[in-house]
Amino acid sequence: MTYIRKPKFRHPQLKTNDLGFTHRDYEGALTTLCAGCGHDSISAAIIQAATEMSLPPHRVAKLSGIGCSSKIPAYFLSKSHGFNSVHGRMPSVATGANLANKELAYLGVSGDGDSASIGLGQFCHIVRRRINMLYIVANNGTYGLTKGQLSATSDIGSRTKSGEESLYNNIDLAALAIEMGASFVARSFSGDKSQLVPLIQAGLSHKGFAFIDVISPCVTFNNTDLSTHGYKNTWENYEALSSIDYVPMREEITTSYSTGEDKEITLHDGSVIHLHKTSKNYEPNDKENALHHINEYKKQGKIATGLLYINQDISDLHELLDTVDKPFNSLATQDLCPGAETLKTINDTFR
Amino acid sequence: MKPTDFTDPDYFHKVVDCQWACPAHTPVPEYIRLIAEKRYTDAYMINWHSNVFPGILGRTCDRPCEPACRRSRVEEQPVAICRLKRVAADYKSDIRHLLPEVPKKKNGKHIALVGGGPASLTVARDLLPLGYQITLFEKDQKSGGAMRTQIPRFRLPHAVLDEELNYILNMGVDHRFNEEITSMQALLDENFDAVFVGTGAPLGKGLNLPGQEKCKDNIHIGIEWLANIAFEHVSSIGKNVIVLGGGNTAMDCCRTAKRLGGENVTVTVRSGFDEMKASPWEIEDAQAEDIPVLNFHVPRGYIHENGKLVAMEFEKVRREYDADGKRLLIPTGEDPMILPCDDVLCAIGQENSFPWIERNIGIKFDQWNLPVLDDVTFQSTHEKVFFGGDAALGPDNIITAVAHGHEAALSIDLLCQNQDLNQRPAPGTTLDSQKMGIHQWSYSNDISNELRNQVPHAEKAKTLNDINIEVELGFNEQLAYEETMRCLNCDVQTVFTDNLCIECDACADICPTDCITFTGNAEEKILRTNLMAPAGNTDQDLYVSGELSTGRIMAKNEDLCLHCGLCAERCPTNAWDMRKYLFNTAKAGSLCQK
Repeated sequence: MTYIRKPKFRHPQLKTNDLGFTHRDYEGALTTLCAGCGHDSISAAIIQAATEMSLPPHRVAKLSGIGCSSKIPAYFLSKSHGFNSVHGRMPSVATGANLANKELAYLGVSGDGDSASIGLGQFCHIVRRRINMLYIVANNGTYGLTKGQLSATSDIGSRTKSGEESLYNNIDLAALAIEMGASFVARSFSGDKSQLVPLIQAGLSHKGFAFIDVISPCVTFNNTDLSTHGYKNTWENYEALSSIDYVPMREEITTSYSTGEDKEITLHDGSVIHLHKTSKNYEPNDKENALHHINEYKKQGKIATGLLYINQDISDLHELLDTVDKPFNSLATQDLCPGAETLKTINDTFR
Repeated sequence: MKPTDFTDPDYFHKVVDCQWACPAHTPVPEYIRLIAEKRYTDAYMINWHSNVFPGILGRTCDRPCEPACRRSRVEEQPVAICRLKRVAADYKSDIRHLLPEVPKKKNGKHIALVGGGPASLTVARDLLPLGYQITLFEKDQKSGGAMRTQIPRFRLPHAVLDEELNYILNMGVDHRFNEEITSMQALLDENFDAVFVGTGAPLGKGLNLPGQEKCKDNIHIGIEWLANIAFEHVSSIGKNVIVLGGGNTAMDCCRTAKRLGGENVTVTVRSGFDEMKASPWEIEDAQAEDIPVLNFHVPRGYIHENGKLVAMEFEKVRREYDADGKRLLIPTGEDPMILPCDDVLCAIGQENSFPWIERNIGIKFDQWNLPVLDDVTFQSTHEKVFFGGDAALGPDNIITAVAHGHEAALSIDLLCQNQDLNQRPAPGTTLDSQKMGIHQWSYSNDISNELRNQVPHAEKAKTLNDINIEVELGFNEQLAYEETMRCLNCDVQTVFTDNLCIECDACADICPTDCITFTGNAEEKILRTNLMAPAGNTDQDLYVSGELSTGRIMAKNEDLCLHCGLCAERCPTNAWDMRKYLFNTAKAGSLCQK
């Protein structure tokens, strides 16, 4: 753990975004994770994504559960709202918060223990309910905080640092999210920000439940050559089905990518993703196709990454329930109390 | 780009901006850390070995290190390096037992030094411990040269000056004060093994204008007038004083005049205030003593009545630039300005003067009447004659004179040992890891965010009435400590070992100044634009690794690195390490001798 404060001095020519902020303004406390932890790179990617999108920090809610992964909201966007919930219960809190105020951007960060073991039930239900949020799982295939036991996302045959072999099939959270009805599902790697950052940006812009499974190596307990979640194996075997460029709504779109292997997708907030297919038969709007690709790559010992599935036609929970637009905390008595007349009319229907 | 070769001694030296900028290459961060530890004597000795006059320079140095300081690239002001040097001198204990031993048995070589200023004394300091016999000729009654004659006592007390001069003189210099050399030929005839000329730039320029002849008693050459005060031949001046010129001598003249009875002292300069040559802090000090500076005033004549100077006439000008961007001073057409005065001090420049060197004895001079020298060895066209300090390259500063002295002493040593003067010994360098524990370093990487501390001054009412009261009080220990914590420790280098890197991005993510990028290799020009944040300052290098396992490279912009060590703290594989780079210039005696 680093004990000093991060020096406040910054590069004098650092880019500022539309709000006049640099990426240093989106930082949080100095990390207490192990040196080299993939989770820190996810924090950095979130900081970069938020800066480039000019997200107003006070319009963001960060939510997490328990675990190394769930510590990271402390390390980015220190000016945003935050809730560190009970183990595996971040989805309930996120659902509640989202229902109470649909105006904020919701960013959930969880881990493989938090989402694939103790919180698997909650995970399935938040996907089903199509909460409008970005849900990131920092997936290292191990229980780092309790010193390196195998987790439910460990691939069969993978070994921990102490040599223990994973005997069971892994839970593939990306595949599960597609099955459960998520409308945006991606997989990425903490080491490759050129892929991760635009995915985070697209996920935040996407309306509906967006999920990114990020392979995030545990340097301390799961980074040997025999681990499928270590840096070496991931660098060697991760393959992108597509690469994407994210263009925020405010920027002029200068090139068109609608032919052949390339696709231009306009998201609900007006921003655009340029999707360049690197795998020929891959169809990002086709559920079965996405699941097929995940499994095919897995058979070859490869990890399918990039934007795996997107469907913009699925309505989110607010649309399904036709909820009120205003945040609960701004609803006044006149909004909440229909008045004696209306009440009488309602009561009359029961008479 | 090719991977960086840091076995080149200049590579990491250049990263230590202050040391690189210092003509004598003093290891600045090293002594600043020692001051923080209250090891003032050790800090002093590091300075003494490099720049010979820490107490003097801690008060008077031109401080080329400070504009170079990395801190000024990430914050408003540099570390107060110069005044920290003074702290080492002020708080040290007796250092005499730490001085090099001078052998009783001499090596049989006899060197003559002409002039007793900083360059000559540096030569003496370097050669005496090697067994050389040194004879020093000085035209004045005391040594010190310009340090004594041109720097007023309220900036440099004579006690401080004498202490540091005596460390050298007491090493066994055969000094001949009040002995002016009038013939180089005669000196060479005495069969010295080498002669070093450190006579400075002793000729002050006067300003020849109408009326001068009638009132020359009240028109003074600045540096001569200052010398007369130093030797207490002069102790007063008229009530109204005009100082002509905008350099450091002008600042010393006006402040001195203020202390010797000048009630209305005015500095006038031909060009703009922003073009004045004086160091900004010296201008500030003069202004703090209520001395006005009139800019764009060109002197046109001395006005006298009954054989006495009463005023000067000035023409007012404005600044324009011609098509080539050359600055022109155009008369404004206003009426001339008449400024009453009793005395005028000319501080408009000084020159070298070698009337005593015969032009037919093999020492060549160039068109500016400066000796033709080898710019590394400082040897003249006469094998046995060397020049250094202002005498070599024209008026500069003390620290440059010291640097010349070191090089000339090395040359003289090589000459006397019958070795090639151009085969200079390599500098002494070390590069040692500072790692003490997982996140612990043997230097303090938790740098201070505070702004530069101001040096306290003595009360103006007192100092303006007594030329012997030193104006600057120096930092006390607490202020000094706070100032040391502003130093970024640029000599603690970030060293990258590419085959240990697992490309986890931890270093790039933590770096407070976005110095580190993992990217595809390219030419330097392209690479500089492909980094996390642009590396536009081409004076500072890019540190480039060999190819990593993904085919990328690590490129680090040295320009803004804070040397905070966070990259190394966050590195899981020790691919980054913080290593202290000590660089010491080769000095006389660096070669093994029989």
